Amino acid sequence: MRRGISICCFVAAAAASACAQTTLIRNATVLTVTKGTIENGSVLIENGKIAAIGKNVSAPADATIVDATGKYLMPGIIDCHSHTAIEGGVNEGTVSDSSMVNIKDVIDPTDINIYRGLAGGLTISNVLHGSANAIGGQTVVVKLRWGKSAQEMLMAGAKPGIKFALGENPKRQGYPGTFFSAAPVERRYPGTRMGVEEVIRDSFTEAKNYQAEWKAYNDREIRGEHPIPPRRDLRLEPLVEVLEGQRYVHVHCYRADEILMLLRVADEMGFKIRTLQHVLEGYKVAKEIAEHGAGASTFSDWWSYKIEAYDATPYNVAIMMRHGVVVSVNSDSDELQRHLNLEAAKSMRYGDLTEDEALALVTINPAKQLGIDDQVGSIEVGKSADLVLFDQHPLSNYSKALKVWIDGHEYFDRDRDLENRPKFEQRKKELLDKENAKPGKGGEKVGSWSH
Amino acid sequence: MKQRFLAGVILLAAALMSAAAVPSAIAIKDARVVTVSGADLPKATVLLRDGLIQDVGPNLAIPADAWVIDGAGLTVYPGFIDALSTWGIPGAAATPARTAAGVAPTPTPTPAPATPGPAPSTPEETPRHGPEDRPQNHSFERAADMVTPDDQRLAAARAAGFTTAATFPNQGIFEGLGAMIDLAGERGRDMVVAQPVGQQILFRMSGFGRSGFPNSLMGNIAYVRQFFLDLDQYKAAQQIYGSHAAGNRRPEYDHDLEGLAESPRLLLPADEEQQIDRILGFGRELNRPFVLYGLHEAYKRVDELKQAKAPALISLKWPEKPKDADPSEIPDYRELSMRQQAPAVPGMLAKAGVAFAFYSDGVDTAPDLKKALKKAVDAGLSRADAIRALTLSAAQIYGVSDRLGSIEKGKIANLAIMRGDAFEDKTTVEYVFVDGTEFEPSKELQKAPANKDGGSKPNPAEGEAN
Repeated sequence: MRRGISICCFVAAAAASACAQTTLIRNATVLTVTKGTIENGSVLIENGKIAAIGKNVSAPADATIVDATGKYLMPGIIDCHSHTAIEGGVNEGTVSDSSMVNIKDVIDPTDINIYRGLAGGLTISNVLHGSANAIGGQTVVVKLRWGKSAQEMLMAGAKPGIKFALGENPKRQGYPGTFFSAAPVERRYPGTRMGVEEVIRDSFTEAKNYQAEWKAYNDREIRGEHPIPPRRDLRLEPLVEVLEGQRYVHVHCYRADEILMLLRVADEMGFKIRTLQHVLEGYKVAKEIAEHGAGASTFSDWWSYKIEAYDATPYNVAIMMRHGVVVSVNSDSDELQRHLNLEAAKSMRYGDLTEDEALALVTINPAKQLGIDDQVGSIEVGKSADLVLFDQHPLSNYSKALKVWIDGHEYFDRDRDLENRPKFEQRKKELLDKENAKPGKGGEKVGSWSH
Repeated sequence: MKQRFLAGVILLAAALMSAAAVPSAIAIKDARVVTVSGADLPKATVLLRDGLIQDVGPNLAIPADAWVIDGAGLTVYPGFIDALSTWGIPGAAATPARTAAGVAPTPTPTPAPATPGPAPSTPEETPRHGPEDRPQNHSFERAADMVTPDDQRLAAARAAGFTTAATFPNQGIFEGLGAMIDLAGERGRDMVVAQPVGQQILFRMSGFGRSGFPNSLMGNIAYVRQFFLDLDQYKAAQQIYGSHAAGNRRPEYDHDLEGLAESPRLLLPADEEQQIDRILGFGRELNRPFVLYGLHEAYKRVDELKQAKAPALISLKWPEKPKDADPSEIPDYRELSMRQQAPAVPGMLAKAGVAFAFYSDGVDTAPDLKKALKKAVDAGLSRADAIRALTLSAAQIYGVSDRLGSIEKGKIANLAIMRGDAFEDKTTVEYVFVDGTEFEPSKELQKAPANKDGGSKPNPAEGEAN
């Protein structure tokens, strides 16, 4: 059973309803990420946006004042690779091209991992289909507006994406009892890395034919003929959008040779790879990645969990970055997403990134990769007020997120969470007691209903 | 000539015999009548003739040929309607609301059919690979062709006062065309009141016992969406070809889409709050009349349901603590809340003015059905609203309120006659009329099983008057 909801949800739901007003966060160390650090700085939030930043910011009389003396304010953390809040299966693994499925259809806003992510300062997730197929499903960018509906969590202005996958996962599908399918599934094509390439090329060839078919139809219509419209194909439509630059391609990949293969196929077919995901051997082909213009979203120090993930180095982030690739660090996990700030910090030890460069790995860089850097990813006037207040420097192991705002709404407050826990435990106990209460005597008489 | 005469005599004799078996008129005299469509009549007569309600009212003249039932102490209700059922199709078992709506089932062995009987007449699923093969599609199959009076669940249902059911085949994702059936008849075809009344859609997850597309919730949704796009294109193509055949390739005949095209409404599964949101959006997107079913967590979505104006079918299989619950496993807050609050959903929807009805969802015995309905009443549903949901509302949702759902002149003679109020513990169902035919449900069937975990076992036959 997938239920994981806990009492914590009510804390945040209550918080979310009491929000949306003008807020002044005062006297914090403001880590803007893009414009340096302001000691004893203040940030004013108005109408969900950052209205002013500086040492001396005055607030209207009705503003909520948050005294952040000794604390650190950073932009909301962004995860470029998440599988959180997907209901009813992360993979449609039965076909090698599942581009007809859409994560947008199955977002579960009640998934407790949303709240747990918030508690670690996470505010935006790129929610992806799994990696069971060469061409996976359509992806969606969500803001973690806990307590709201799935529809309300979708981030306006974020371009939709699609997940591709190379290597072991898409080529091993269909073997009885694989990691991805507890139940036996019929074996299906492809079974080799060559086959994965062929699936992508073949699907895009079909997509181009489909595009041409519709063009021919539209031309006939314009000429005043009475053509029968072609069948709309939900599998090919997103691929046409990719060809037209309307949809980003996020590719799960590990090996350098496959990365090059994919970049070639993309060039041949005439589309761009937006991000390479995981990309553990990216350091070997960083120049080529930069030339294509793809971003790279990798792990800080996680590898060796399968054969194709061995030739890895914690310097991957730094090497790719120094070659001009926009790099982010992602979670791919409900657990890791709760401390992406610490994942980012590791590249200071391995690769000598500056503080701002490290913070950028989980803020402005994933924002750039998702094409939302005009709205979020740094503390700048005019951007959405997606902010996290930490008690210590967020690149420190000892830091804890205290408050999280999304669009100026406070969605997480550590003190309130702790304060409310006993109340909700009590409520739960009451429910349990009620359920376990013995039914009244005489309820079991023959011919009557026990209740 | 002589032969013809002989045949005539035999026919006449047969007619006389059947006339003797079924009185041509029945009068239930001086009973309390809950008409549902109008006011309750404290003391009135209901007159049935030829399977129809001939008249209802106080001080009706009782025809000389009528068989009279003394209604003193009895209450006459319209026969109850199971608004989404598999009754009448032996071997078809309901899929619980939570599973139907997309929560992967826990791996349990395939449940034995509720009653012994022939399996549904569908050939085994041929292996299909991609969406283009239209896997899990039964859109063209008709419950009307599958129903039979031999389903042993019918007697149990009648013992709870049910006379009618919107029954669906329950296989695949597109379940097929449902039929409104009466829960008795000589042959299957006698039972059918209206068909098709809808197309039930069910989300089939995980690979247990099957493989192939789709096996995720998103795959199911994409598949259903594609099907309706195909239907739109199919209709457009036929229309264009009809007026401009020359120069166009002939559109292919498509059995799957023909079935879908015939469906007057869609039944879409939604049990939990986020599923209700999702399916309301999806239903609007499909742009066809739709009905939601499941709705155990609808206490969180009353306003949304009201705004959407989509009717709701509420599962009577209330979420409950499992009988074999592991005491060390503490359910989470949401699960506990749902168990407590689900039975309050009908009362809340009634107050909000949302059209709703009940469905059995695998609750197949009279005591269990009674108990499940009582739970809703105890949780705040008024008795009048409960009766309405079980009768007229169900008929209205399916567009058959011209013939079913209330005690009105001219409607089908489906009645449940009880000693006592329908929701009282000691109440018994004394008579049930289905298409004017009288049944006296056995009291055995109405008792809670002595064996507590006795579910839907074969039941003793009901005593029938004729």
